[in-house]
Amino acid sequence: MRLAARDRAPAGLAGRPVYELQGVSKTFARRNVHALDNIDLQLTEGSFAAVIGSSGCGKSTLLKIMAGLLPPSAGSVVLAGAPVTGPRRDIGMMFQQATLFPWRTTIENVVLPIEVRDGKSAARAKHDDARALLELVGLQGFEQVYPNELSGGMAQRAAICRMLITEPAVLLLDEPFSALDELSRDFMNMELQRICSERTATSFLVTHSIPEAVILSDVVHVMSPRPGRFVEAVAVDLPRPRTLDMITEPRFGALVQHIRGLLDKGAFL
Amino acid sequence: MMHAPTTAAGQPAAPGQTVWAEHVSWIDRIPRAVAMLLLLVAFLAVWQLVYEVRLLSPIILPSPLETMADLVFVGRNLVTGDYMLGALWVTTQEVLLGFAIAIGVGFLLGLLVGETAFGERAVMPYLVAINAMPKVAFAPLFVSWLGFGIASKVALAAFIALFPVIVGTAAGLHAADENARMLFRTMGASRWQTLIKLKLPVGMPHFFAGLKNAAVLVVVGAVVGEFLGGGKGFGELIRVAASQLNTPRVFSLIIYLSLLGLLTFWVVIWLQRRLVFWHKETVADEALPQ
Repeated sequence: MRLAARDRAPAGLAGRPVYELQGVSKTFARRNVHALDNIDLQLTEGSFAAVIGSSGCGKSTLLKIMAGLLPPSAGSVVLAGAPVTGPRRDIGMMFQQATLFPWRTTIENVVLPIEVRDGKSAARAKHDDARALLELVGLQGFEQVYPNELSGGMAQRAAICRMLITEPAVLLLDEPFSALDELSRDFMNMELQRICSERTATSFLVTHSIPEAVILSDVVHVMSPRPGRFVEAVAVDLPRPRTLDMITEPRFGALVQHIRGLLDKGAFL
Repeated sequence: MMHAPTTAAGQPAAPGQTVWAEHVSWIDRIPRAVAMLLLLVAFLAVWQLVYEVRLLSPIILPSPLETMADLVFVGRNLVTGDYMLGALWVTTQEVLLGFAIAIGVGFLLGLLVGETAFGERAVMPYLVAINAMPKVAFAPLFVSWLGFGIASKVALAAFIALFPVIVGTAAGLHAADENARMLFRTMGASRWQTLIKLKLPVGMPHFFAGLKNAAVLVVVGAVVGEFLGGGKGFGELIRVAASQLNTPRVFSLIIYLSLLGLLTFWVVIWLQRRLVFWHKETVADEALPQ
């Protein structure tokens, strides 16, 4: 309640809410861990939000609950008007590892979600869409290549295509580029911004990199650990499209410093 | 001077020249085929030497030449389709049937143990216990159940080769990592789809590791079955030759028998290369006919 007021999206971004979490808590009874405590969160359509916190603060648990992979102990998760009670078609997810399957060519990996949901012939019918997506991320010409021959960045780009092929309304990103080197990571973040704005997708990013959260997001939710709770929702008022040059701007530095201050405080609570 | 390129010997190199070679010892530079041949020659030489100085009675240890002559004799017998070919065919049948049964039953049991909670909790302990038994000791039992014919040997061969297949299958089913499982859950994959499209392909390398062990064990099972249960196979020929103190014959029969083992092993490797083409170890597998 006290925090919820501050958690609300800034006035300028108040679009139609697609994702609504109310009072979500999670306790792992067997391990006696209180992972999440009373999380309220609203994602508006087409916005990009990030959650940042030290490792083990419950970020990934929150993401799993949002994706319907884990039931919350209390509270409600509503996506596009319907409660989330399991994995859903309108949620796309991406992990730290690209997790491409080496026995499938790149394009076969991209259409895998379609194959699982609607069968092989539906997947074949989606090959044109998949090709267009691969072109969107700069992987044209790699359709028939096996993942072993892709670099880490290229594999993650193929994973982006696999996430987008089902045209999900919401993208849940679990530290998607943290396994990449810093140069590719910066580049991929800019790519991600471009893709998200082109598709007006609602995105939710879990990260432990403050600059990454700031450069990508409209709102950064700062989380404190044990139990995981939102400390503050920091609105990022940098203009879009964002560029890597903005990292040197004073406003960027001020936001990063503010968030770091919140995280440090959280660590000593 | 500090930053000037130097050669491996530590002397300053000419400007623009930084060529140096990694040191490879001469023994690692011998081509593989030559190295293998040299080792074989050395082995035969030691054998001949032991024979010459009569360290052992010639009845126990024949000379390499005697063995070679017998190899040719047995080879001729096999090629002309004489009684030895018949015996080899009997053993081959036992091996192939035993292997097929071991693969089929082992895969199903591996599926039960690796995929179902019931199998893992209730069935696995019994399998571990049975695996700990000296399986060869079951041979007389199989003979009394199935007779002196081929069936009892097939049963023993399959029984001995079964466990690596179970273990390989079960381990393979657990090989998919957490991310991949989560990805399949987010795609709404059914249990069957997860099994077919994720767990089985991911587990292929483990499955084939089990098959390779089984391919060797199945020949052991067939031959031991013949030793203990008679019949008309190659094992029986070995037993008879040994009882007649025809040691060169025993040696050459063993060598031909090991060809059968190698053949089943290679068939598995060949299959693995075709089916698990993406796996690095598969491609780099040693012991391959090039």
